[in-house]
Amino acid sequence: MTEPKKLRVATCSLAGCFGCHMSLLDIDEKLFDLLKVVEFDRSPITDIKTCGPCDIGIVEGGVCNAENVHVLKEFRKNCKVLVAMGACAITGGIPALRNNVDLWDCFQEVYHYGIGLENGQIPNDPELPLPFDKVHPINEVVRIDYFLPGCPPSADAIWQFLTDLAAGREPKLDYEMLHYD
Amino acid sequence: MTEHNVCDLPGIVARWNNDPANMVQILRDVQESCGTIPSDTLDQLAKLLGVPRVRIEATASFYHFFHAESHGAYEILFSDNIIDHMAGKEELKRYLCERLWLEPRKLSEDGLVYVDDTADIGLADQAPSMLVNGYAVPALDHSRLDLIAELIRNRKPLADWPPMLFEIPDNIRQAGPLTGEAFTPGAALLATIARGTDATLAELEAANLRGRGGAGFKTATKWASCRKAEGEAQEHAGPSQVLPGPLGGEPSVARFSGGAHYVVCNADEGEPGTFKDRVLLNSHADLVFEGMTVCARVIGAKQGLVYLRGEYRNLLEKLKSVLARRREKGLLGKSILGEQGFDFDIEIHLGAGAYICGEESALIESLEGKPGKPRNRPPFPDRCGYRNQPTVVNNVETFACAARIAERGSAVFTALGTPQSTGSKLISVSGDCQRPGIYEVPFGVTVRQILIECGAEDAHAVQVSGPSGTCISFREFDRIIAFEDLPTAGAFMVFSRERDMFEVARNFTHFFAHESCGFCTPCRVGTSLLRNTMDKLAAGKGSAYDMNEMKNIMHILLDMAHCGLGHTAANPVVQTMEKFPDAYEKRLMKLDFEPAFDLDGALSTARLITGRDDEWAHLAND
Ligand SMILES: Cc1cc2nc3c(=O)[nH]c(=O)nc-3n(C[C@H](O)[C@H](O)[C@H](O)COP(=O)(O)O)c2cc1C
Ligand code: SF4
Ligand code: SF4
Repeated sequence: MTEPKKLRVATCSLAGCFGCHMSLLDIDEKLFDLLKVVEFDRSPITDIKTCGPCDIGIVEGGVCNAENVHVLKEFRKNCKVLVAMGACAITGGIPALRNNVDLWDCFQEVYHYGIGLENGQIPNDPELPLPFDKVHPINEVVRIDYFLPGCPPSADAIWQFLTDLAAGREPKLDYEMLHYD
Repeated sequence: MTEHNVCDLPGIVARWNNDPANMVQILRDVQESCGTIPSDTLDQLAKLLGVPRVRIEATASFYHFFHAESHGAYEILFSDNIIDHMAGKEELKRYLCERLWLEPRKLSEDGLVYVDDTADIGLADQAPSMLVNGYAVPALDHSRLDLIAELIRNRKPLADWPPMLFEIPDNIRQAGPLTGEAFTPGAALLATIARGTDATLAELEAANLRGRGGAGFKTATKWASCRKAEGEAQEHAGPSQVLPGPLGGEPSVARFSGGAHYVVCNADEGEPGTFKDRVLLNSHADLVFEGMTVCARVIGAKQGLVYLRGEYRNLLEKLKSVLARRREKGLLGKSILGEQGFDFDIEIHLGAGAYICGEESALIESLEGKPGKPRNRPPFPDRCGYRNQPTVVNNVETFACAARIAERGSAVFTALGTPQSTGSKLISVSGDCQRPGIYEVPFGVTVRQILIECGAEDAHAVQVSGPSGTCISFREFDRIIAFEDLPTAGAFMVFSRERDMFEVARNFTHFFAHESCGFCTPCRVGTSLLRNTMDKLAAGKGSAYDMNEMKNIMHILLDMAHCGLGHTAANPVVQTMEKFPDAYEKRLMKLDFEPAFDLDGALSTARLITGRDDEWAHLAND
């Protein structure tokens, strides 16, 4: 008996809080059902560090620094369908609250005036991702195919969405499942 | 040095009956005498009026013409409609700024002048134009700006500027029953009294008069239902009937002082490219006021209000003198024309630079001293309007028509036009034509006929009824001006073959993003997204994805926006996309996708702060 080919799914968290990934894990025991139809590529769940060719890419969080852009472009290149999961990915969300603060003031506050700092210095190591002056929603950087709203989207919504896609249906969320908070 | 005096707050507040419902008028007077509305003034006003400071602040921060920081002795606002741009506005603005040694949106170093833009000021037939301390100056060119720069450098008070700078001709190119025929003040009232109110309503009904403000609602129906609606008699005045404000929470101001029913004339005329109400008020105000008085007689109102857009400040004194003359002649005030119990008077309120206040329920909110945010409708104003009382809101031109019908009967009126669109219509023609101005045409004329009349052989497109109206291409010039085909509030902006219709639509998206009142998210965010996307396309960074996004935004606006502004805000983009696809296609750099912002540029601040310039501190903009 040959098993049907599983969908390959990659996930990542950019400027997010991992809450959306927690919600993904909240699928609980149905994760086993899910794993019958999907397998994970790059994801915090697998700890695979780079993304290979995938059917679906799921992105949590907005874009706040140069590294986010590299990851996002890698996902776009490798994933047939790219999904923005959660308020941060869709609008910038909580991290975008810093958009009203000047970047220079942010750095000063964190590295010069922060409590307990002495002779604070602004780090300039190339290993550190360089921040943008504003946090952006991911659809401003690459083309996005689906938006899954919520902060985070409920486990049921994620489940519904993924199983629809796996079954080759156009994903559709019932009114009760569609919420923005 | 400045033109502005110290502000007599108690005097201003007393002039407006110590009534917080007159907050917009109070703030206007403060702004006009001090040049700003300083923060501590708000505290003093709160004390004088006995209302929380936040409520005053909400109003003060809503209107474009109110500001807390000084704009110097001379505040100059350039009208920013596409028609002004076509007439060289940007270059002229730069020219003036250079002459005055300043940058736009920054107070000059000597604290003397401030230059900025404002939405169309109702002078598209005399573009480009501007407001100086609220007073309109039309037909700008280099020599007029030289003169103005000179006057400002010499610190001449505005009152001593040459009057010719402020002269605004009517430019009536084709007259008709409203604009071309003599009217004896009182004639319509005499006829109404003789005929009786029921018969007057029947006459309006037979004339099939429909609102001239754009939507075309039947005037007789509105008046009849307002007349039937129960108002609160003066004796019951008090905060009894408290209806929720737009949010459902904060109740509307409910301190009744006037009679039970109200007549409101909508003279906000904010739709870019429209200027016919300006002309009616300038030269035919008697007709308009008489129409309001006829309405008062029919619905039983004691008080009328004209909501005059702030941009028409220059008309205020003239209109007040017409009102005074009418009072002298017994056409306003107590026992009008000797009729016992026929008491009615009219007060003028000025707007403060908010297009949304043309929407009738936002207008009423503004008359009540609040931010101009549209109410939930129903209930409509005919049942629950000004101070929550039954109120008729009609456009300036509608009242003028009503006066004519009362005076001459319906047959004369229906002799013009089509069965569904009776009478004449004032069209405000501007743009690429030889004779811009007012054309009073019978309903049913084709666009082509108007184009021939105004000398626009080269016309390629016409924006009918302003940004929220319809854009038609040269293929559709045989369509007719009528409610059944092209309804219009009057704007008629002509664009020749040389014009870039993409830029026209882009200008309109800026207008809507600026004028969205911010009450509901689909419109507040949607109009900004539209503007940003159009700017992205203009910068040569557009893609098919962006085009699609704009269509999606249009659906969201149509389905979800709270009022007409949001519903129509995407029209210019969607219509030009459909009718002038070339204008868009040539701007699509990549067919698939292009980031919304400059990726590498957005890292430059952080590069500066960290002093980094390594490979990882850069992004390719591909
Ligand atoms: C965003 C918006 C702006 C409007 N601006 C005006 C205006 O400037 N003048 C006007 O008469 N009506 C305007 N209207 C229409 C009014 O809400 C209302 O329909 C009109 O004043 C009714 O008068 P009428 O029946 O005589 O046309 C506007 C409507 C909307 C939605
Ligand atoms: S959308 Fe909410 S849960 Fe998801 S990353 Fe953002 S803040 Fe966290
Ligand atoms: S649609 Fe726009 S203008 Fe109308 S209420 Fe909403 S935000 Fe205000």
